[in-house]
Amino acid sequence: MNPPLLKLTNVNKSFGPIDVLYDISLEVKAGEVLCLLGDNGAGKSTLIRIMSGVHTPTSGTIEMNGKVVAFKSPRDASEHGIATVHQFGGTFPLMSIGRSFFVGAEPTKGWGPFKRFDRVRANDIAVKAVQGLGITRIDDGDRLVGGLSGGERQALAIARAVHFGASVLILDEPTAALGVKEAAHVLRIVLQARRKGIAVIFITHNVVHALTVGDHFAVLIRGAKAADFKKGEKSREEITDLMAGGEHMAELEAEIESYMAVHDAP
Amino acid sequence: MNNQTQRLSLGSLLRRPEAGSFLGLVAVFIFFSIFGGSDFASLTGAASWLNVAASIGIVAIPIGLLMIAGQLDISIGSLIPAGSMTLAIVSGHYHAPILVGIAAALALGAVVGLLNGLIVVRTAVPSFIVTLGTLFAVAGLTLGLSVLLTGTTSVAIKPGPEAKWMLGQFIGGLYQVTILWWIAAALLFGFILHYSPYGNWIFAMGGDQVSARNAGIPTERMTILLFMSSGVSATFVGLSQAILYSSAQVSAGQSYIFNAIISVVVGGVLLSGGYGSVFGIVLGTLTFAIVNQGIYYTPFDANWASLIIGILLLLAVVLNNTFRKVALTHAPAKGKAKK
Ligand SMILES: Nc1ncnc2c1ncn2[C@@H]1O[C@H](COP(=O)(O)OP(=O)(O)O)[C@@H](O)[C@H]1O
Ligand SMILES: [Mg+2]
Repeated sequence: MNPPLLKLTNVNKSFGPIDVLYDISLEVKAGEVLCLLGDNGAGKSTLIRIMSGVHTPTSGTIEMNGKVVAFKSPRDASEHGIATVHQFGGTFPLMSIGRSFFVGAEPTKGWGPFKRFDRVRANDIAVKAVQGLGITRIDDGDRLVGGLSGGERQALAIARAVHFGASVLILDEPTAALGVKEAAHVLRIVLQARRKGIAVIFITHNVVHALTVGDHFAVLIRGAKAADFKKGEKSREEITDLMAGGEHMAELEAEIESYMAVHDAP
Repeated sequence: MNNQTQRLSLGSLLRRPEAGSFLGLVAVFIFFSIFGGSDFASLTGAASWLNVAASIGIVAIPIGLLMIAGQLDISIGSLIPAGSMTLAIVSGHYHAPILVGIAAALALGAVVGLLNGLIVVRTAVPSFIVTLGTLFAVAGLTLGLSVLLTGTTSVAIKPGPEAKWMLGQFIGGLYQVTILWWIAAALLFGFILHYSPYGNWIFAMGGDQVSARNAGIPTERMTILLFMSSGVSATFVGLSQAILYSSAQVSAGQSYIFNAIISVVVGGVLLSGGYGSVFGIVLGTLTFAIVNQGIYYTPFDANWASLIIGILLLLAVVLNNTFRKVALTHAPAKGKAKK
């Protein structure tokens, strides 16, 4: 059997005296979607910053294809094939689609000191890449990224990662700010990326979205992995309870109800 | 691709960064043509504002690129007189060949720019503060060294005919040769910003410094180079003025700080970075110079020029914001956008 594409073993992270992550072990295989669930402040973003080279773990190891790696920088991580899409997708709102797609890797024409940015080719490739993910609304590469909808921006960022050959795609809450239809579209794109053999790490606190695309799930609670299970092993209610910190949601609801009953009484 | 045809429509022209500055230029030109009479629009009148525009424009362009990259450089205010004085002291007071003086002045700009860039990159102190520091440091150094070396604050220089021809002549008896240098600077920096791949880096740096670095752009090297180019352009303007007027003064540049920044902002560059164009900066500089000089052709007192410039600046910022929003929210026509 192939070793997992990306594997974390006993990763700890502290910022000075503050311990944020405890003994996290995770793995994700090619063509698989790993959903990382957890409440706000659970440590999800810190964990993906470790995987994308922003932070180095205090202890523990990261392996890619069975080999131990240590990312020196986000650039280093992306050279290893790890692409991270941050929460709001496009980070250059005032740049055109074609220009932002190729930031740092501009296609050129001409030679020597007269090398020019090949705008037409950049626009063409960027538009085709996004359309390939089903966003046919985008047909003009000169449009500014800031004018796209949240879902379109996510699609553009994912298309960029796929185009540049990412083998691991990390998406930090890609559906958090989206409407129902747009979120559905992004989920479809995630499945498309999976079908291409990309390992996807999908961060969310929406259990429904997670269950729609996930093959594998990990729940973080206050920096520790509270559960790790495969598709079909747990119900939606069980996962929601887990994320709420182990307390039964039903109990919580009952508590709120009785509180309201007492305090709302005239 | 349908991009080429779309470029030419009125809508796409309005969505360009220089749309606001173009309308501003037309407005002030019409205003002064009416109130300034035929003298303003005459060849002599045009020379008066083109000459002013050229020397501001040569510093405004690299300042604009810095602003697009998310930085600011106000040390130009003392680098301009420092460039003048360096040339005048080296080639005037000490009679060194003029090329040596020119090289020394340009090197001074490069070194101060390098220093600005290094401090900004290493300390992450906002560039406004860093260059405010070097603004004063260079001013003090220029004054102190001038008095120490020459005993005065104003030094004469006798440039030879070649130097005069290159940097200090009046073409047709009216137009300063710096206008040609300005055009050259606009073409060079316009190519870098809009056509070379480095332009994409500059826009990305101003849009989001961290993401730009993560994308592999050598942001520190680019920042330092941009500061060096604004430093060199400032001492260039200084030395060409020394050649033009055959003398240099210690204090003759502070007004350039505001004039250049106003020109850049009127020209549609976003103060916080990430957006703008060289063509817009050129239009903004022309607009500024027309107001600055045009007032003398009107029956109004010259004191009103600052009022007009202030209003113009505010209008330009509002107008540029509006056009930028239009550009942002622009989507293809409904019919095409279906599905
Ligand atoms: N650089 C840091 N220094 C100190 N504490 C941090 C730092 N980054 C994150 N934390 C802490 O780690 C915890 C987890 O944060 P985060 O990873 O952003 O959670 P999530 O993304 O799950 O909402 C929070 O309590 C946060 O305050
Ligand atoms: Mg987070």
